[in-house]
Amino acid sequence: MTSIFFSSGIFLGWSLGANNMSNVFGTAVGTRMIRFRTAAVWCSAFVILGSVVSGGGASETLGRLGSINALAGAFMVALASAVTMFVMTKASYPASTSQTIVGSIVGWNLFSGSLIDYGALTRILSTWVFCPVLAALFSMLLYVLCRRLLRLTKPHMLTQDHLTRLGLLLAGIFGSYALGANNISTVMGVFVPISDFSPINLFGLVTLSAAQQLFFLGGLAIAVGVFTYSKKVIMTVGGGGIMKLSPVAAFIVVVSHSLVLTIFSSQGLSDAFVSLGLPAIPLVPVSSSQAIVGAVVGIGLLKGGRAIRWRTVGAICSSWAVTPVLAAGICFVSLFFLQNVFMQQTYRPERYRLTGAEAARLAPEVDTAGLDGLLGRTFANARDFKDRLDRVREYSEADLRRIMETARLCDASAATALQGAADAEGAARGAMP
Amino acid sequence: MSINILRSSIKIERQIDEFLNQISEAGLIFKSGTEAYLAGDAEGFEAKLADITLKEHRGDELRRTIETALYSKTLIPESRGDVLELLESMDYLLGGFKGALWRIEIESPEIPEPFHAGILELSDNVVKTAEAIVLSARAFFKDLSTITNHMHKVSFWETECDKIVSRLQRDIFRDDSLRLSHKMQLRDYTGGLDKIADKAEDVADKLAIYVIKRSL
Repeated sequence: MTSIFFSSGIFLGWSLGANNMSNVFGTAVGTRMIRFRTAAVWCSAFVILGSVVSGGGASETLGRLGSINALAGAFMVALASAVTMFVMTKASYPASTSQTIVGSIVGWNLFSGSLIDYGALTRILSTWVFCPVLAALFSMLLYVLCRRLLRLTKPHMLTQDHLTRLGLLLAGIFGSYALGANNISTVMGVFVPISDFSPINLFGLVTLSAAQQLFFLGGLAIAVGVFTYSKKVIMTVGGGGIMKLSPVAAFIVVVSHSLVLTIFSSQGLSDAFVSLGLPAIPLVPVSSSQAIVGAVVGIGLLKGGRAIRWRTVGAICSSWAVTPVLAAGICFVSLFFLQNVFMQQTYRPERYRLTGAEAARLAPEVDTAGLDGLLGRTFANARDFKDRLDRVREYSEADLRRIMETARLCDASAATALQGAADAEGAARGAMP
Repeated sequence: MSINILRSSIKIERQIDEFLNQISEAGLIFKSGTEAYLAGDAEGFEAKLADITLKEHRGDELRRTIETALYSKTLIPESRGDVLELLESMDYLLGGFKGALWRIEIESPEIPEPFHAGILELSDNVVKTAEAIVLSARAFFKDLSTITNHMHKVSFWETECDKIVSRLQRDIFRDDSLRLSHKMQLRDYTGGLDKIADKAEDVADKLAIYVIKRSL
């Protein structure tokens, strides 16, 4: 049964591989600088490596956006995401798993009555602006550097061709690793909290955690997508949708894209920023397509902007707004059917109840004055409990999280048991003189 | 695999350089061959004719080898169509120089002394036009930023050729001592030389487009 539920994640991974390899190796293969088979082998190997080795960074933010707590729910979130990807691809829009998965998780949150972490959501949404802008800045900078370097070294056309070929291969490998590291969380991230995998020790050398095993599975699915369908996508998109690129420009675009993806998924880089007294880099899954579009537009702008097909850019940008909304809608409706027609548990209800003892425990850290009216009452879901808390006072995000964590009851049965205990406590208190 | 491709790239780079050398040298041979003919040095002319024939053969060989290597080793896939066209057009210049000397060998035209200076001037300018396009082609392969330094000279020398040919042909047809058939032979001969310069200018026009396509 579990494997059936994982199938939607595998499907999503397959779509990611089919669609996003064109971002990494598309121009190299489209311009015949690198053979498809060579590109596919390198891409698959490094996507899997990136997923398993560095895949954890960005999944934490996704987990904060919505901690999906039932396997059927996670299945539907991934399926809604994959279906949206499929619909958008069929409609010739560059779909992105990071957008579809965010939309689907918000859809699950709305359906289950879970609280949407607006902090995490804002962080993710803001990267949808920062990511293309940053990629554009990187590509502009690299373009100027490359131009200067070529003017300085004056390589023969054939030597330049050879170096570009090598550069495209290395950039593609780097891009594939970054793609795996950053985007595997969009494919398998929703299954991480609920998977029943246990750690595996490989030859006494490496231990693969449950999450890494999931990411490996997702990486394999991406690799299958790369081998089975990406050539078709490359040949369709390879004509240069936004702008015709020279092989050197294509190299710059892929490097810029990979740098952006690495920045948003590297825990080490974020820690280094913090140690230098700079703000931490948000570790979020960013869209590979957005990074590519940003990088291409960056080079186009540097060349005066005339070569850019702005109509295509406009259509792509509007699809960035449509995709998450569509995914949220599909997910919400599908969850309704899964729960009511197929009788599957799509989420474990999380009830909230704050006892007097817990309030007392919170008191040194959080101002609990005004919470008396809430004590002993059970709230059906996070949204109801937060609405009630909001009426008491405007708590900071940290305080709110602390109160909610304390008051959270895991499932309905636990809530009922606790309700019974509270009732007994109330009765005992009433019996006291 | 990578080292192999680099090695064959370097080999083809040398062959392209050698091919362009053949064109440049063919121009110089053509010029001295014409000088020898006008000076009545039959032996010297024959030697130059043999030289230019060898150059043309070697040029053809190199062009075929380069084209085959570019396709069989999938090199410069983005630019190879343009490079192929460029090499073929440049080969036409080489053929043009050889053809001009062979025309003299076949027709043995009688060139009156008053026209010698004009024909030498025309030959000199045709060679300068070809030299400018050879330098442009080298820059196309090695250093795009300097290509404009050479390309504008192609047009300049080609215009000079046009002026000389017009002047020469006018003088030929106004010379009452010549028969009409003689005049027509000299007209065709000078027109043939001018065609080499015209072809060089056509190559420059194409090259200008290739440069735009190759810019980063």
